[in-house]
Order: sequence, then C-alpha cells, then structure tokens
Amino acid sequence: MISREEFRQIGANGIWHQNTSLVQILGLCPLLAVTTNLVNGVMLSLATIVVMAIANVAVASLRNLIPHEIRIPVFILIVAALVTVVDLLFNAQLHELYLVLGIFIPLIVTNCIVLARVEAFANKNPPLQAAFDGVFMGVGMLWTLALLGGLRELIGGGTLLAGIDMVFPALQPLQLLPADYPGFLLAMLPPGAFILLGCLISWKNWLEARAAARRPKSQPPLLALGDGV
Amino acid sequence: MTEFSTPPYLLGQSSVRRVMLQVLIGLLPGIAAGVWLLGVSIVLQLLLATLAALAGEALMLWLRGRPLALFLSDGSAVVTAWLIALAFPPLAPWWLIVVGTLFAIVVAKHLYGGLGQNPFNPAMIAFAVCIVSFPALMSQWPALGLKLTLIEQFKLIAGLAPRIDGMSGATPLDALKTALKLGDGAVDVPTLLATQDVFGNFAGRGWEWVTTGYLVGGLWLWQRRIVTWHAPLGFIGGLSLLAAVLWVWSPQQFANPLFHLFSGGAMLGAFFIVTDPVSGCTTNRGKLIFGFAAGVMAYIIRVFGGYPDGVAFAVLLMNLCVPLIDRYTQPPIFGMKKQ
Repeated sequence: MISREEFRQIGANGIWHQNTSLVQILGLCPLLAVTTNLVNGVMLSLATIVVMAIANVAVASLRNLIPHEIRIPVFILIVAALVTVVDLLFNAQLHELYLVLGIFIPLIVTNCIVLARVEAFANKNPPLQAAFDGVFMGVGMLWTLALLGGLRELIGGGTLLAGIDMVFPALQPLQLLPADYPGFLLAMLPPGAFILLGCLISWKNWLEARAAARRPKSQPPLLALGDGV
Repeated sequence: MTEFSTPPYLLGQSSVRRVMLQVLIGLLPGIAAGVWLLGVSIVLQLLLATLAALAGEALMLWLRGRPLALFLSDGSAVVTAWLIALAFPPLAPWWLIVVGTLFAIVVAKHLYGGLGQNPFNPAMIAFAVCIVSFPALMSQWPALGLKLTLIEQFKLIAGLAPRIDGMSGATPLDALKTALKLGDGAVDVPTLLATQDVFGNFAGRGWEWVTTGYLVGGLWLWQRRIVTWHAPLGFIGGLSLLAAVLWVWSPQQFANPLFHLFSGGAMLGAFFIVTDPVSGCTTNRGKLIFGFAAGVMAYIIRVFGGYPDGVAFAVLLMNLCVPLIDRYTQPPIFGMKKQ
C-alpha cells in the first residue's frame, strides 16, 4: 500500500517543498482574484482540494485504460465533471458565497494545478498515493491562499474573516484595526496581491536558504514538477 | 559615493551627492513659490518625507548589509522624498506621505536592488500607490486664499484638527475636467477659464507660479548640465503638441497648451521626473522618445482619464518601455557604419 516514508514525502512536497503557489507558481488567476479576504481564499481552496483529490483517484484508477495519445481531453473531462458537481453544491448550499466567488468555481477546470497533478502524479501512481497527493497539494494551496487573503484583508480594510457569516451565519467578522483605519486599497487590488505574493515567495526562499546554510549536507530538494502556466 | 571621476576628465568632478544636491537646489524656486502661495505646510511635508525616506533607507540598508553612512549621505533618498512631498497635497495627513515615501524607498527602490537598480521612478510609484489607495485625500488641495497660521497647518497635518469642507478643493486641472463633465456640453472651456477665479491668469491661480518656479529651477539644472535637454523638451513637446492639435480642432472642449503646460505636474515632471537617470532612458535619442511618449500619455490620462493628473502614470508606463527604447536607439560605435 503506502509506506510511512512515502506518505511523509507526499505531505511535505504538497505543503512546503512543491507548494503550488510559492514554488510552482501555478493557479495565479484564482490566487489574485479571489484572495481579497481569508474566507474566499479558504473556501476556493477547499473546493479545489475536493476536486483534486477525487480527480487524482479517478485518473490513477483509470490510468491503464486511458490511451496515452488522448489522455489530456480525458483528464479534462473527468475534472470538468467533478467541478460541475462542486459548482452545483456551492450554488445549493452556500449560495451567497457562490455569488461572491462567481466564475472562479467553474474556472477550477482550467486551474493548471489540477491538470498538473493529474498529469504529473496521478497518471503514474496508484490511487491511494494519488489521493494523498491531491489532498496535500490542496492543503499547500489552502494555507498560502489563507495567509495571502488574511494579509490583504487586514492591510486593505483592517478586518479579518470578512464574509464568515456567509459560511457560518452565527459568526461575525473581526475588526482588528480601529474603525477609522482608512484602508490601504492597493492591497485589495491585483497589484497588491502580486506584491504580497512576491514577499511570501521571498520569505519562503529566505527560510530555505537559512536552513540550508545551517545544515550544509542536506539532501537535494525534490524535482519540481510544475512547468507552469 | 566617494569623490571620484571617470575619464575623459573634461567636465570636472561629479558624484551622486553633487548631482543630487544640485537637483535639490533646482527644486527651490518651485518650493518658494509654493510656500508663498499655498502655505508653510509644504515645508512640513518636505520634512516629514525626508525623515521617512532616511528612516526607510537606513532600515533597508541595514537589512541588506550595505554601508549606511555612504548611501544615506548620497542624497538620492532626499531627492525622492522632496519630489514626493511636492507631488502630494500640502495639507494631507502626516501618515499619507509617510506611507507613500516608505513604499517608494522600501518597495520601489530597495526591493529592486537600491540606488541605480530601480526600473520605476520611486517618487511616481509613491504617488500612484497613494492616489489609487486614497483617491479622496490625494485630490484635495488647499483652497487658495485660505489663510491658516502655522499652528493650524501643523494641527491639520498631525490630524489634531478636523477637516472642514471648503478648506480644500480640486486642482485647476481637476476643476476644469469636473466642470466640463457636469456641464455636459453646455459649458465651454474659454468661458470657464475666463469666468472662474480658480483658473487664474493663464493656468490656474497660484499653480501657474509654482510651475513657473519648477521651470526656472529646471532650466538652471539644464544650464548646469545636470540634465540634458532631450527628455524635458520631448515631454513638453509631446504634451503641447497633442494639446495644440486638440485645442485647434475644438477650442470649446479642450484647454490651450499653455494651460496644460503650467498646471498639474507637467513642469515638475518635465525637468525632475522624466530626467531621472536611473528609470529613464540612457541614449539621447531614447530620452527624446521617452519624454515625448510620456508627455503624450500624460495628456491622454489627465484629459480623458479618471485621475486628477496623468504625469505619474505616464512616466511609470514609459519606464516599462525604457529597455526597449534603449535597445533600438543605441548609437553606433565610433568608427562603425550605421546599420
């Protein structure tokens, strides 16, 4: 089945070493457009996790049946079917949030993270490994989008968890900065997302460089698979 | 920078510090006119911006492990700070200019590699960031004839006194655009310029003298050979050419070129912004093209766009084109035939 070591490696790759947003720089479109607050970022990531996990399992199970030459259309078909399900689920259960996220839920189909994992991992590995890979890649995306969304929200408007009432009606957003905080609008706009993403990437590189300097004989990092869109 | 010069030893010694100092002197006529017409608050903003710039510069130099004294004393941060302070409304709250200056120094200058490495003009980045983020505060200029004591101006900037409507208003440029939009074809430019007090003698009361101050300082810089004539002439040419064409075509709808040259940030831009040796072009033909395109773009943005003035966005857009322009305007090597 799956060894402990293999499991650990898939997890570490997804969450840190091959983080979709910070290392592979995949899926920038939802990243820039949706992370105007923490809740949006987390909810879109959750939707992507569900799609990625199931798509990976489906492709891994069918990988010996799918003709190599037409594998991409088949992958897309599988992903599109799953996204349709998620889209309808969001529309039915979290309708207000569905209106906010809008086109970005259907656009998960074209999110290159999903296709990249299906093509690079699920197509070559058994279903269980593929399922873990989908989940952990998604978790990597989740924490980055949550961090980015939280930062943009805090700098841009002084709040945290705006829109939480759309998911849990009992909860209220937090006003962290004083009410007369003027709001740094740039952080809410796509250029602000680019600048903050750049800061996060350099933060990660700085952490890795520091770790590498401390422990000179570290094993070489695993090969990155994303070849980015 | 230490004082050293490069061959052919013809023009005497020049260093970053000397150049920056002369740019600061070149700004003085404009500052003097501004203080006389708009109030001492300009000096307060200059001080605030200088302090913020030096603090940001020191922090980034320390983080990057660069020599502090050498770079802090070269004056480049002070020039950036002064340009920002002159582009911002003089009675804006203190944090506005601090945020803008820190953004310029930390993000636009040092994150790209510090002095000499920044692809965008830091002062214009500060302006663009703040006008995008805080459009209301950035378009309120003190109403002319407003007599406030130094204490009152200080209180306003420090946020200790409430802001009252009527104390501030739009710039002449902004006022003209708004009046035309509200009039919806019923008003025409010559009547507006002649009847409304805000438009002054030829380009906005008060503004015309501040911008004339920048023109005088800029011409002095040109005479001192700190800047060449290419970029300023290109900018002025581009702006007034487009303004003249549209003015001749429909004088009812478009203000004359003189109005455009002496209002907003045109003169400050022509002599102090597009002449930036780092973010501008290096070749002489390139400078001319760079200035011309920036002038045309500034006109388009200020007349047809939604923002009060277009110089900042025009310069930033043209900064993006600098590598391309430089590549195609390289002069042939001496002795080689032009291809």
